[in-house]
Amino acid sequence: MTTAIRKRLPRNDALQKVTGDAQYADDIYLPGMLYGKLLRSPHAHARILDIDTERALALPGVRAVVCGIDTSGIKYGTVPDEQGLAIDKVRFIGDEVAAVAAVDEETAEEALALIDVAYEILPSVHDPLLAMQEGAPVIHEASAHIYDAARNISRRTHLAYGNVEAGFAQADYVFEHTFETQMVNHATIEPHSAVAQYDPGGKITLYSSCQTPFLIRSDLAATLQMPLTRVRVVKPRVGGGFGGKREMMASDFSAAVLAMKTGRPVKVTYTREEALATTRQRHPTRISLRTGVTRGGRVVAKECHMIMENGAYNGRGPDILGSCPNYLTVLYRTPNIHFDGYLVYTNNPPGSAFRGFGNPQIRFADDSQMDIIAAELGIDPVELRHLNVREAGDVTPNKAIITSCGLRECVEEVDRATDFRNRWGKLPFGQGVGLACGHHTCGFKSLLPHDSSAAVVKLNDDGTANVLTGASDVGQGSDTALGMIAAEELGIPFHRIEMTTADTEVTPMDLGSYASRVTFIAGHAVRLAAADAKSQLLEAAADLLRTPPQDLVSENGVICSLEHPERSALVEEAIQHHLAHGPGSPILGRGAYNAPTDRLNRETGEGNTSPAYSFGAQVAEVKVDPETGRVRVIRMTSAIDCGVPLNPTAIEGQVEGSVAGGMGQALLESFSQHEGLILNPSLLEYRVPLAGEMPDMDTIIVETEEKEGPFGAKGVGEFVQIPTAAAIANAVYDAIGVRIHDLPITPDKILAALSKKGVGT
Amino acid sequence: MIRGISLRVNGVAYNLHIQDHWTLLDVLRAHLGLTGAKKGCDSGVCGACSVHIDGGLALACLTLAAECEGCEVTTVEGLARSPHELHPLQASFVFYGATQCGICTPGMLMAAKALYDRDPRPTREAIHDAVGGNICRCTGYAKIVRAIEHAHVFEASRLLDPKALMQAQGEEAELLAEESR
Repeated sequence: MTTAIRKRLPRNDALQKVTGDAQYADDIYLPGMLYGKLLRSPHAHARILDIDTERALALPGVRAVVCGIDTSGIKYGTVPDEQGLAIDKVRFIGDEVAAVAAVDEETAEEALALIDVAYEILPSVHDPLLAMQEGAPVIHEASAHIYDAARNISRRTHLAYGNVEAGFAQADYVFEHTFETQMVNHATIEPHSAVAQYDPGGKITLYSSCQTPFLIRSDLAATLQMPLTRVRVVKPRVGGGFGGKREMMASDFSAAVLAMKTGRPVKVTYTREEALATTRQRHPTRISLRTGVTRGGRVVAKECHMIMENGAYNGRGPDILGSCPNYLTVLYRTPNIHFDGYLVYTNNPPGSAFRGFGNPQIRFADDSQMDIIAAELGIDPVELRHLNVREAGDVTPNKAIITSCGLRECVEEVDRATDFRNRWGKLPFGQGVGLACGHHTCGFKSLLPHDSSAAVVKLNDDGTANVLTGASDVGQGSDTALGMIAAEELGIPFHRIEMTTADTEVTPMDLGSYASRVTFIAGHAVRLAAADAKSQLLEAAADLLRTPPQDLVSENGVICSLEHPERSALVEEAIQHHLAHGPGSPILGRGAYNAPTDRLNRETGEGNTSPAYSFGAQVAEVKVDPETGRVRVIRMTSAIDCGVPLNPTAIEGQVEGSVAGGMGQALLESFSQHEGLILNPSLLEYRVPLAGEMPDMDTIIVETEEKEGPFGAKGVGEFVQIPTAAAIANAVYDAIGVRIHDLPITPDKILAALSKKGVGT
Repeated sequence: MIRGISLRVNGVAYNLHIQDHWTLLDVLRAHLGLTGAKKGCDSGVCGACSVHIDGGLALACLTLAAECEGCEVTTVEGLARSPHELHPLQASFVFYGATQCGICTPGMLMAAKALYDRDPRPTREAIHDAVGGNICRCTGYAKIVRAIEHAHVFEASRLLDPKALMQAQGEEAELLAEESR
């Protein structure tokens, strides 16, 4: 019996969310609040010669206009190349040039039109292959951070493991294909929003729609040149992140600067157009993959050339590229690997983190190719996976340590559940099944030399508990998962746990929601804090019940002696006893966890950067209409290893949402661009999946016990979206015999391929 | 131009001075403090601002406040039957895990209520139609559809009490889930 974990408990924020009480950044209205708007560059690449704000400032209702030159100009980011507001140059259409605060939104918008900016338009480049050529427009000046500024290469990751030449020499067959993936947007239904408040004592409080309040505090403090104590970042409820709210945005920076300038609270909320076209995107990639396999189907060597389009700024791009070799080494046993990747600046919107952090791009290429190899070798896709899957106990060529791994079982489970092997290659024309696998991390030590989190658990005299953690629930449900972990460890019912989270001034530090790290790393910290509180609780109970503390267990709010079961006390009685007879302090538990991992070595790519890895397999079942080229996903079956399932309902929610996201990228989502201008910055034309387009979804939980994870759990936020596009592409091939190498798989591509093949018109 | 209007929102009468071009959504959020309806696109695409006007489903971001003269507007804040009694759809959304980030939830609930009022035991197709104008980026819709499908089970249930609902676990919850399948 458990107190909380493994139960389908309702989310602790659900009531607020169904009643309209949940407060998001844009729901905050402070007395005297002004509205901020950003002036954005209409040019893809231009030098700023002069900005005249006089006419804007003269408009009644305008309280402040701020340009880059009014700010510190300090560059920020993982590999700093971006300013809060541009000073010398703009590098993409939508780059932030100035910010206005006014009494209402209309006035602020009107003022934007009155700012006169003199630009010298520069030649721009929108294709990474062109950007890499000699003589291409240079987007960023040379600096120590940039690999080759003249060729717009921000970062090159060039690594080899094993003996690639010898590996290919062992191969009976060598397959070589090129794949492309498109730019896609997080399209969270909440656009980015920030409300800043400045107190005359010199302190900024920022309510930001973000995933990483502590990292945003660092960037904001650095760019405002203020100590960390003078910058407080609070994360209210956040309406979806998926990586798109991982970094300080111009909204955060401008709200703060305008609040400081006016002394009034300032809100900056992006429009849908701004959110889609000017924030961050998933990097478009071009991946050439050469794979050597033996006759028996064993992968012996792999060579990957990758061009990742960075867009105008780095965002998290360098770390994403640096992670990509891992995505090839961890999932399948591949002894010899050569990876050569380029992160290339263009004058398009910046790319950055997005659910999977580069993994979905690699996986689309690699698992599409696995399907090609299976067909060519006459080995079915399930068997081919079985021959190559990663196993627990393995150490990858770049030294990732695989502690728990249910990948083989996941492949077996999706095969069994969908009768895959009996149907693959045997369904009528137009119907198909496709298999793909995926994995992801449970944390990532790269940005900082630690991957850590801390928590405090306070017990109250009525038997309830407050949990303080810096972890950021952006909708995935971490407040619930962490509350359940605390409840389980303390042995008190979940509904007696109150979560206080993600406030840099009040809660202990956590790095944020990314890398599927929260349940694992923040969960570990919360568990340790709860364990610390529990040991004090049991000491008090031991005194009360006259029995040694090691003889006591706490479960469902009751502390009971194992030896003398008739001796028991309610948790609140023990806490009250502690207060009355203890040192006078309430019970306060502290916990901290720094994942025992290695920081990514950027030179060698080696190191175990994540404390564990989650795995999964997926089968897509599709129908393709050869007349219209339309693909419909009928059913998606996911078997997942996320360790011990803490809350099956929440896990299914992550799986189903991941399927939607993966299917969106596979079939629907894409931007039309003309020289850096996004032509469809609206949810009407940037098509994300709707309810009626979703397949039936089955989730099979393959349980492993991860020794390092809290209660054996691993992360579940990202890895399920990673195989989805390949599973769908493979199913499309099974249905109509046509392989689409570039996402999204749209009707025009299907019809063109069918026509080339001589099928249909 | 500024004009005066009278309307009722969630049963409360208001006399307001508004600008002609103000949308109902901005008036609800910025002037009445009712921030349940969300601004996800401000162009009638995402559905997060869905409310009821005189009992019919409407997009508050495409409705001018001036058009609401004499109307009865219901937002998600007015969905619960009382502070101690949720609407069955709300209980069902909580119970089935239909809300993740929650930003689409108010609009989803109001769209679902329009269906529920007509047909509390709808088919999946009817549900897909009913929420076809509401975008959710988190859930993949499965749990939303299931929650709408089974909301009727919560009619007259003890679990409409928010406190009881949040403490629901173990056998009671399992039984209810079983019954709803």
